[in-house]
Amino acid sequence: MMTATPLARVNDCQQLNAPCAHSKLRALLEQGLPLTPHPWQVLAEQCGLEEAEVMGCVKRWREEKLIKRLGLVVRHRRLGIDANAMVVWNVPDELVTRVGQALAKETIVTLCYRRPRRLPDWPFNLFCMIHGVKREAVMAQLETLVERLGLAEIEHQVLFSQHAYRQCGGSYALRRNDELPGV
Amino acid sequence: MHCHSHDLDSLDRRLIDCYQRNLPVCSRPFLAMAARLDTTEEQVIVRLQRLQELGVLSRVGPVFDHALAGASLLAAVAVPEDQRDAFAELINQAPGVNHNYAREHYYNLWFVMTAAEEKSLVEALKRLEAILDRKILRLPMLESFHIDLAFTIPWTELEEA
Repeated sequence: MMTATPLARVNDCQQLNAPCAHSKLRALLEQGLPLTPHPWQVLAEQCGLEEAEVMGCVKRWREEKLIKRLGLVVRHRRLGIDANAMVVWNVPDELVTRVGQALAKETIVTLCYRRPRRLPDWPFNLFCMIHGVKREAVMAQLETLVERLGLAEIEHQVLFSQHAYRQCGGSYALRRNDELPGV
Repeated sequence: MHCHSHDLDSLDRRLIDCYQRNLPVCSRPFLAMAARLDTTEEQVIVRLQRLQELGVLSRVGPVFDHALAGASLLAAVAVPEDQRDAFAELINQAPGVNHNYAREHYYNLWFVMTAAEEKSLVEALKRLEAILDRKILRLPMLESFHIDLAFTIPWTELEEA
């Protein structure tokens, strides 16, 4: 009898801290699909499920938006898209949602989040990311955007990335305590 | 170190352009992709393997929603510039760190830490703070306006670069 949604079932597994086929499937999926003609079948065998059940799970997780997208995860830096600017803004609180929504509509903006200020060190409450091939082009696009959206009065800083020490997918699957490195 | 965009032919590019999202969930997904791209299942698999070997693809699979999938946090730390690599290595060794970048700022190391749930995230950050002996700026997401890294690749611009 399975009455709960798959999402609820995954959370149950986490609460019980017990391994189950669905959390195992999630852990396997985080590594990516095996590149073979029947990838779902291979995953099914690895976690003790039927192929149809694995595909059903993935489809439901996609509908429930637990999976945001399913496909090729590209390393942009490797292709040369490495002018990666994190733009941080100090927006008055009453405007932050509106400015966030406006920035999110811009095609050059790939990520946009509101985060807390950490005063006195960090006054910025809105973050967005702009990826490009050349730094000068990214700066020019940002200037155009500031002018068009009327953001000139809003304090901002541009933090270009200098080096990627790590860039990989999230790992949310349960880790057993004995797998954590000691302190 | 870049992989030159002219190393990728039209089939590689179409694979990337068409399937950063909407990978078919059917018994033979690579066969379904091949039919749309007018090639063979074997070619699709070979190309995906090659793109992975070139480092252009990190994987073929799902991107989970951070908020629904578990706990995650953007964090920043300020370290002496000449010891940046060593500090970055310590951060990489911490559990659940999936992004770690040097950025041009007083806060020069930026990383994302993830965990199955909030409690283990808080604990992992505390442990890391002790290891680094530096205050970690904790910047959780409060509101998400847009997250989409499946953007259109500017092939022409890459060729000219």
